[in-house]
Amino acid sequence: MPDLSGMRFSESHEWVKRDGETAIVGITEYAQSQLGDVIYLELPTVGQQLDAGGRLGVIESVKAASDLYSPVGGEVADINQELKDHPEYVNQDPYGKGWIIKLRAIKDNPKLLDQKAYDDFVKGKSPS
Amino acid sequence: MVVTAERTPLYDEHVRLGAQITNFGGWLMPLQYTSIREEHRAVREAVGLFDLSHMGEIRLKDDAAAQRLLTRDLTPLRTGRVQYALLCNDDGGINDDVLVYAVPEGGYLLVVNAGNQDSDFDWIRSHTPDGAVFNVGREWALVGVQGPGAVALVQRVTSSALGTVKYYAFIEGRVADVACLISRTGYTGEDGFELFCGNDDAGRLWRALLEEGQADGIRPAGLGARDTLRLEAGMRLYGNDMDDKTNPLEAGLEWTLSLDKDFIGRDAIVEARQRGLDRRLVGLKMLDRNIPRHGYRVLRDGQPVGVVSSGNVSFTLGYNIAMAYVLPALTEPQTRLDIDVRGRASPAEVVSLPFYKRPHPK
Repeated sequence: MPDLSGMRFSESHEWVKRDGETAIVGITEYAQSQLGDVIYLELPTVGQQLDAGGRLGVIESVKAASDLYSPVGGEVADINQELKDHPEYVNQDPYGKGWIIKLRAIKDNPKLLDQKAYDDFVKGKSPS
Repeated sequence: MVVTAERTPLYDEHVRLGAQITNFGGWLMPLQYTSIREEHRAVREAVGLFDLSHMGEIRLKDDAAAQRLLTRDLTPLRTGRVQYALLCNDDGGINDDVLVYAVPEGGYLLVVNAGNQDSDFDWIRSHTPDGAVFNVGREWALVGVQGPGAVALVQRVTSSALGTVKYYAFIEGRVADVACLISRTGYTGEDGFELFCGNDDAGRLWRALLEEGQADGIRPAGLGARDTLRLEAGMRLYGNDMDDKTNPLEAGLEWTLSLDKDFIGRDAIVEARQRGLDRRLVGLKMLDRNIPRHGYRVLRDGQPVGVVSSGNVSFTLGYNIAMAYVLPALTEPQTRLDIDVRGRASPAEVVSLPFYKRPHPK
């Protein structure tokens, strides 16, 4: 089980982890399992400004295209270039090498959930 | 009204294998077990096992009614052979695409799309003498074994000589000690069989094939992989690539039409041909990484010229592909078109179908 301490989560199933002045953003295990095989990501360019809860890009799986939202505000500092040739990393390791973007000049978002609250939120969604 | 989704006799097997279940045409079916990519690859490189029990089967015992209902001449279809044909409406639209089996007892067995089985049955019954047509889809299970290793695998669990069963032919026999109709057909572009058996035997057949197939690298494969496989093979999906408003000529299915016989829809089809078609189905290869999807607009110099009917990644070819209806003047291979992907024009070019053909067809 990956170490999720220090991560916070959005109700649209992105995670964010602060790392000094920057923040790393990805999608959750639940999100990747619901999307299925990821085949393409349409991502912003470095330097672009994102709002907390604003549209970050699009993630395409075999099943469907889905919008991605930025859990916090900030400026795009880096994008995961590896995903261009290996979008399946998002499925294989969503909290690790499947990270999506890094942001700087972070504007925090008080509406994010901690791990326990997010787990409860996901449990509330599934009937089983 | 409460609509309850139906379950195939293999439903519990899918749950036990950890499948993600989806409602397809009113049936609870496995969408994927582990990964569509891996299941797709298993079918191209080894063997995939499919539950196709949601498909409908209709027993039609009246030859004259069959000739009148189906678009293709049935007189050359010998017992033990299968052909692909259409059921059309009076306007020449496609009610369904079906496989027609000439069965030893006489007459035909039609294998029809899951979501159409009851409407097909009603349509056929309204054109058939009483007592000559039976809706037997819920009495039959259907298991697909597809891939380069499929024939050898099934041969190991049957005493029937499968080498003599040609493509689009079938025999009756026992597979893993289960009485089956063994049909050399499929919807994946690979060699293999579709095995019809009674509902009560389906679990036993499924488990025996999964176990025996371990050595071949078998994987259970869901509807997700079935869709990406059939798209690569250029096979139309009813409901996506054609419906009751689609003329078979538009869908590129003229080879299923015997226009010199009288069948329902024939006159409308001939008339449409004389009038000239408004659109035709083509294959498209994307020239960038965007994924074309059902309903996306096709553009030429910024002007709408058509619409995508099916699209996805091609895992086998390594680029993205689509089938689309476009203006008849734009169907030549290498014609440059664009797809409107979220408001931006993504370049594509017309290619001939199918996108994928297996290396050594037998």
